[in-house]
Amino acid sequence: MTGLITMDDLTNEEILSILDDAERLLPVARGEMHLPLLQGRIMGNLFFEPSTRTRMSFETAMKRLGGGVVNLGDVKTSSVVKGETLFDTIQMVDGYTDIIAMRHPRQGAAQYAQDAARVPILNGGDGAGNHPTQTMLDLFTIRQAHGRLDGLKVVLAGDLRYGRTVHSLSHALTRFGCELIFASPSLLRMPAEIVSDLREHGSNVVETEDLYGCINDADVIYMTRIQKERFADEDEYARCAGAYKLHAKHLGDVKGDMIIMHPLPRVDEIDPSVDVTRHARYFEQAFNGVVARMALLCKLLGVPVPEDVASAGRVL
Amino acid sequence: MSNEQSMRRVTAIRNGTVIDHVPSGQALRVLEMLGIAGETSVPVSLVMNVPSKKLGSKDIIKVEDRELTQGELDRLALVAPDAHVAIIRAYVVAEKLSINLGDEVVNVVRCTFSNCITTNAREPQPHRLRVVSRDPLHLRCHYCGRPQDLDELVKNAL
Repeated sequence: MTGLITMDDLTNEEILSILDDAERLLPVARGEMHLPLLQGRIMGNLFFEPSTRTRMSFETAMKRLGGGVVNLGDVKTSSVVKGETLFDTIQMVDGYTDIIAMRHPRQGAAQYAQDAARVPILNGGDGAGNHPTQTMLDLFTIRQAHGRLDGLKVVLAGDLRYGRTVHSLSHALTRFGCELIFASPSLLRMPAEIVSDLREHGSNVVETEDLYGCINDADVIYMTRIQKERFADEDEYARCAGAYKLHAKHLGDVKGDMIIMHPLPRVDEIDPSVDVTRHARYFEQAFNGVVARMALLCKLLGVPVPEDVASAGRVL
Repeated sequence: MSNEQSMRRVTAIRNGTVIDHVPSGQALRVLEMLGIAGETSVPVSLVMNVPSKKLGSKDIIKVEDRELTQGELDRLALVAPDAHVAIIRAYVVAEKLSINLGDEVVNVVRCTFSNCITTNAREPQPHRLRVVSRDPLHLRCHYCGRPQDLDELVKNAL
């Protein structure tokens, strides 16, 4: 394995093994234990597009494991603004680092970078394409709540057209035999080629505009933000904005162990009244970004996570 | 009608290229892919929808005073992978060229997706499309993974 560009780079067995590694690393991610597995290693953080959670959790993950981080910084002040190609930027950072975490507005940029680099690339989102590290933390969160991934009923809701998190996640969930329901305004439906891919892989995908009609027998509701920045047309955005507003009052008849997830940031698609219910998992999900990325960094750098982390580490 | 009669619908050429066994109705697409459509100084003849034992019906293209290059054969592979190409010199077949569609098409056409990283013309790495299936032909960009529409792809020949 070189980098992680799409979820196709991992087998189901590898996914489960990385989630097991992540589980064991939880005390390290929480700062309860010191375990410098990646001491002496340096990660390049190349974010060509704004990011808060992904960039910070990559950096936190590396530092919790004793590694160092160098940042591209603001694209507006880097050599990118002078017209440097991605190829040249990667050639340079490749020489400075042992692994690169990257986000780029162009689809395919992560694969392009991997082809140009000697070190592994971790795709932190490329255009409306893939976001596999988000998928890993999503899978971690789902397994943490339900104890398994297979056979769950998952509702993915909101902006399914531009939301790269749901593109990667739906592929992964299909591989674990989950039942998928796509709830979105018609303008923001899951791209036809993805639906067709999922069906080819045996998924019996259901598409609907009626979110509230499909939440009562769901095991997971995965909400997404309508991404204003992806719309070229303000009127089109206005027609979709606020399409779904999940409120605590909608949750009266849902399953007791159903969880609500969101890649964050949210705007108004989840009302704060949901935050205090037992179903809300989005803040734990954001935290899980650290532990999932710690496990991925170890995997890609070829550093095994000890079976007994408690004995290998030092309690803080 | 025999193959010979089909070929004779247009006169034999002295020098140039004959592209035979083009799928019926695809001749204009082939010309566009080869960049021979529209303004060209060489004489081009084509017959469309003539009977063929192998294909049922087929198109035939004759391009005078021009021999297809390897790059053009690679492009031809995307629109007529089973076509037969013969180079004609002094009215006789001097060479038969084979069309090979491999598992990947490199630096032949650009990805059709407008937000693909390869749309930046200054990026130096090759344009790569993966052949997902041959019949029907399905291609995906190696970088962005998007499926390629063949009608759009003919406009993106390099």
